[in-house]
Amino acid sequence: MPQKTGDKMKEYVMGNGAIALGALAAGVNLAAGYPGTPSSEIIETISKYPHAGVHLEWSVNEKAAMEVAAAAAYSGARALVTMKQMGLNVAADPLMSVAYVGVKGGMVVVCADDPGPISSQTEQDTRRFADFARIPVFDPSTPEEAFEMIGDAFEYSEKYSTPVIFRPTTRVCHAYAGVEAPDESAPKKYEGFVRDPSKWVIFPRLSNYNHGMIEKRNAEIAADFSSYRFNTVQGSGPLAVITSGVSYAYAGEYSEKHGGIKIIRVATAFPFPEDFILGALEGVSSVICLEELSPYIEEQVLKTVGRHHLDIEVKGKLDGTEPHNGENSAELTGAVLDRFFGFEPEGNLIDVSDSPALPARPPVLCAGCPHRASFYAVKQAMKGRKCVFCGDIGCYTLGNAMPLDMVDTCLCMGAGITMAQGFSHTDKDTVCFGFTGDSTFFASGMTGVVNAVYNEADIILCVLDNSTTAMTGHQPHPGTGRNMMGDIVEKVSIEKVLEGMGVKKIITVNPLDLEKAVNAVRECAETPGVKAIVFRSPCIAIVKSGAKCSVGSKCINCRKCIREIGCPALITENGSVKIDSNLCTGCGLCAQICPVGAIGGEGDE
Amino acid sequence: MNKDIMICGVGGQGTVLASKIIAAAATQEGQTVHSAETIGMAQRGGSVTSHVRIGDKAHSPLIPPGSADIILAFEPSEAVRNLRYLKAGGLAVVNTAPVKPVTESLKETGYDGKEMTAYLRRKCRCIFIDSDEVCAPFGSAKFFNIIILGVACATGETGIGKDVILNQIDLRVPEKFRETNRLAFLAGYEIGEKEKKQYED
Repeated sequence: MPQKTGDKMKEYVMGNGAIALGALAAGVNLAAGYPGTPSSEIIETISKYPHAGVHLEWSVNEKAAMEVAAAAAYSGARALVTMKQMGLNVAADPLMSVAYVGVKGGMVVVCADDPGPISSQTEQDTRRFADFARIPVFDPSTPEEAFEMIGDAFEYSEKYSTPVIFRPTTRVCHAYAGVEAPDESAPKKYEGFVRDPSKWVIFPRLSNYNHGMIEKRNAEIAADFSSYRFNTVQGSGPLAVITSGVSYAYAGEYSEKHGGIKIIRVATAFPFPEDFILGALEGVSSVICLEELSPYIEEQVLKTVGRHHLDIEVKGKLDGTEPHNGENSAELTGAVLDRFFGFEPEGNLIDVSDSPALPARPPVLCAGCPHRASFYAVKQAMKGRKCVFCGDIGCYTLGNAMPLDMVDTCLCMGAGITMAQGFSHTDKDTVCFGFTGDSTFFASGMTGVVNAVYNEADIILCVLDNSTTAMTGHQPHPGTGRNMMGDIVEKVSIEKVLEGMGVKKIITVNPLDLEKAVNAVRECAETPGVKAIVFRSPCIAIVKSGAKCSVGSKCINCRKCIREIGCPALITENGSVKIDSNLCTGCGLCAQICPVGAIGGEGDE
Repeated sequence: MNKDIMICGVGGQGTVLASKIIAAAATQEGQTVHSAETIGMAQRGGSVTSHVRIGDKAHSPLIPPGSADIILAFEPSEAVRNLRYLKAGGLAVVNTAPVKPVTESLKETGYDGKEMTAYLRRKCRCIFIDSDEVCAPFGSAKFFNIIILGVACATGETGIGKDVILNQIDLRVPEKFRETNRLAFLAGYEIGEKEKKQYED
């Protein structure tokens, strides 16, 4: 809820919202991205605030988003790209090249890292990616800073004609704070694309020349960053903390409790602001590096100390003082700093070492989720057959949970389809299934299908089409018929795409019709080559529930429903099976499984 | 004023609205506020927490262990799970109605929450409320988040005034539910006042 204070509006927003408002305030002209926790709310926030004149899109994947944005930046427009850390692996190809070519308008690549990891496959460190691509990186520590810093990122990008990376982490993206957003902002006025093949067409000669230029320029940026407003020093003394990101906030809190410690904060890890660090290290004999993911700053400090023959001890991850894996916390950094500064651990803790065993609450597919029915149909149809089930990234990764237990592999976006092919070539006695969601199919599944057809794989592709990008918060995609400009567009048909790519057998079935679904799987298993089943039923979160099911008097308490499908709405009460009407969506899968027909819709009994 | 307020429960119980109202009310009072919530995979049937930090001394969005002034627990085992965040001498406002884990029917553990409430009673200052009982006059368990806010507000441990919270309820709740939510908050407030009197005596 905006609150008017003077000429500025104070908004209490999520870190991702602060990034979005900061980009609008900076006059962004185009924003493109692909959903991924913890980055998804940036594009969504822009769509909810006035953004006339801004082109906004969920691109089909991160690579597409990066290329769309690069063109906008070539035209002199300000372009924002958003993704999570693994998305940058997908977009690495255009990023590495656009780093050589450079830009005219500001191009900011927001790539959210996920220490923990909390909802990711890897703990990769995007600051290292910035170093690899030789482009600047900004590392905010709070939502308030993120709001300010995104504007700086656009300024530096234009000043040095280079794309820049903006790297928040989960605890910045998903924290809330108040920011003072300007009342009005207008997209930047820009010139438009000016043709110049010597500049915009990447060739070996251009790359060679620009490589040398970029390294010279990065030395200039490093010097510039040495006076950057968010590279800061506070406190004094021979012992110092060097930190960045949310760890800076933990160090700040520790300082409040201990009457002030020396804290050196590096908000621009690359190009490393060496002059700033040299100044900050004057009079220091020992430093401890507090950072998440990889010891990037630690390595730069070691290089600086070595190059200048400084007699300074450097502690951090590399000497085993801190763990390499997992996220930092006030607790972890507090313990590390207590040892470093020689303070006695202080605490106001309640002893919970004698706590009773707590119920585990693992994530599961929602009650009524159509993915449960799809997995169950495949499992039933393939009883007694040797199979491999290659999973993918999305809600349906949860098909691994008992009792379904239907995910044998999960690697990365789109790998379900292609890994099934690999198994079909090596394990010829096995029926190879590749599962993919609808959004994942468009993002990175389609090329895998062409690969299967061309290289004569023998697979069954299961597209679990729930008409949305469910896992990241129900974003639209090419199959939904809506886009982020608010337009109704033609739905891209998954079946037509498959047909066009040469898949000969394509069956579309509603997974909640169990018999038909099982028959479709059996039919495909008897057919050689590349087969596809589109299991189509919408996510329960985007449609209204049907008539709820209930268990009638015919129930013989065999519990087949509970044992085989594990729907959270199926509960036991006083020893008998019941359906929790708060959770049931009326999908009817359990009714089709009951051997005595005891489960029915409302009014059946 | 510096206050750390933790809200915990199970996905779908309405913890997020409660934390948003507290954060907005504190902002309205001119305080610096930071907060954080569980988002994503952990939400689906899982344990959820919201951290609300009021005051200038909080730099990070997460409450450190041993720092929370008050825990609003929507479920007894979730109160125990997050008890380490409560400072010694802090207050836990706990719903005694258990939420069985979604895997309970597959693998019965007999969880009923009683062991949790007994443990909490031994460990800290508690106010126990039964959501089934307090929500009954309002016809839906959905009002529990507003009721527990009322209880917490009356204890004074949140440091936020009654009127500011009522104002935020007015701002955030659709008009047709507004009056019921106000009444639910005031019902909770009354419970909180009584409980406060009891433990102060």
